[in-house]
Amino acid sequence: MATADSYVLAIGTKKGLWLASSPDRTAWSLSGPHFLMSEVPSIAIDTRQGGTRVLAGVRSEHWGPTVFHSDDLGASWNEPEQGAIRFPEGTEAALERVWQIHPDAESRPGVVWAGCEPISVWKSTDGGEHFELNRGLWDHPHRSQWGAGYGGAAAHSIVVDPTGEKVHIAMSTGGVYRSLDGGTSWEPRNKGISAYFMPDPNPEFGQCVHKIAADASVEGRLYAQNHHGVYRTDDDAEHWESIAEGLPADFGFVMLTHPRRAGTAWVIPLKADGERIPPEGRLAVHRTSDAGASWTRLEAGLPQAEFNSVLRDAACVDAAEPAGVYFGTRGGSVYASADEGETFAEVASHLPDVLCVRAAAVSPAGAAVPDVALTAQVPHG
Amino acid sequence: MDEISVLLPSVLQPLAGGQSVLTAPADAAVTVAGVLDTVTGGYPALSRRLRDETGKVRRYVNIYVNGNEIRRLQGLATEVSPGQELLIMQSVAGG
Repeated sequence: MATADSYVLAIGTKKGLWLASSPDRTAWSLSGPHFLMSEVPSIAIDTRQGGTRVLAGVRSEHWGPTVFHSDDLGASWNEPEQGAIRFPEGTEAALERVWQIHPDAESRPGVVWAGCEPISVWKSTDGGEHFELNRGLWDHPHRSQWGAGYGGAAAHSIVVDPTGEKVHIAMSTGGVYRSLDGGTSWEPRNKGISAYFMPDPNPEFGQCVHKIAADASVEGRLYAQNHHGVYRTDDDAEHWESIAEGLPADFGFVMLTHPRRAGTAWVIPLKADGERIPPEGRLAVHRTSDAGASWTRLEAGLPQAEFNSVLRDAACVDAAEPAGVYFGTRGGSVYASADEGETFAEVASHLPDVLCVRAAAVSPAGAAVPDVALTAQVPHG
Repeated sequence: MDEISVLLPSVLQPLAGGQSVLTAPADAAVTVAGVLDTVTGGYPALSRRLRDETGKVRRYVNIYVNGNEIRRLQGLATEVSPGQELLIMQSVAGG
């Protein structure tokens, strides 16, 4: 496998975006802030078309949301004049926040998905400069019954299979929906996921799923971190089963999967919805290598005491070998591991609340590293 | 023909080609919405900072006519006469 020339780590916070770079994923240099005083709840690093495009969902409390992109690793930023994401006339809706920017598969360069608030999914075919509203989801008869999680009503997870026909999304609090026709039509797929906070704890939809991610190479297998509950499906979400046994808590926001190795996933447990801190104030990442049958606690390099939570997109993996694992806390600390979570080091501290992180291998000039193995799988973060 | 001036806060001036004041020609009273349509027509990124896709003024954007915030008047339907100014300011809000 080729060695990356450098790595970039993008850190979106409540008050701006920071970019970190490293030649070896051990020593990091930090630059920023970009978009100071605007929150950055979503980032993508797209290396599919011979360069590196960083896309950032940016939201000013005063001036509203927008999407910027940079093709020179943050030296300059561009914003489509008419806005990359705009609700069409007749929808009587306005964009509130871009929660997810998700580059599609390597085989579909230029295709980028977005999950937004109000609950909606969007698709771009020009690298993220202009997105089109997914009408199948927007016009879904269930939409009026989807609720809003504490952070807002948004589609926050988008998982597209290699064919492009099968798409899973998740929203809080609407649950998991699946399309088998590339996003034209959608059906709820939540059987087995509990919604204990509803009169019927096993509804067809309405679950508060915090994050979903696809297994690296087992077709039909996905993982979900729920609002109380960690689950796996092996049949494209027809049925979900609990894999929370062995974790110190079944609450949390993060669900990460390995870029290549089947059965490997990471979560970052929080005690409960009533006490959103790491159990006993001890921060740890938990990793499974057997699809959730067992979990290994990983805390080397992490602080003895940490009372800040980690949000759903404030964690990611890179595609290098071994895979890097990154996460940031609401207390503004960012940790990085170059060995799949065995050991962590603090990359940054005292930043504003970390909302999202994304990492990728790039060349110094910003060109993608020409290595098929490195880019075979787009992390689902 | 007389005109109506729109005074921009410094943070928005880069989106208007660096100008601090935009002007709309007017020989009769027009609505605030009409003034904004005219002066932001060539600056769509500026327009999006002030109003969302539905045309609504963003929550923490304040527009003053003769020192009165338009939400206390008739909102975007508030009339502005030639020679008057629109002053755009952001709320003191957030932390």
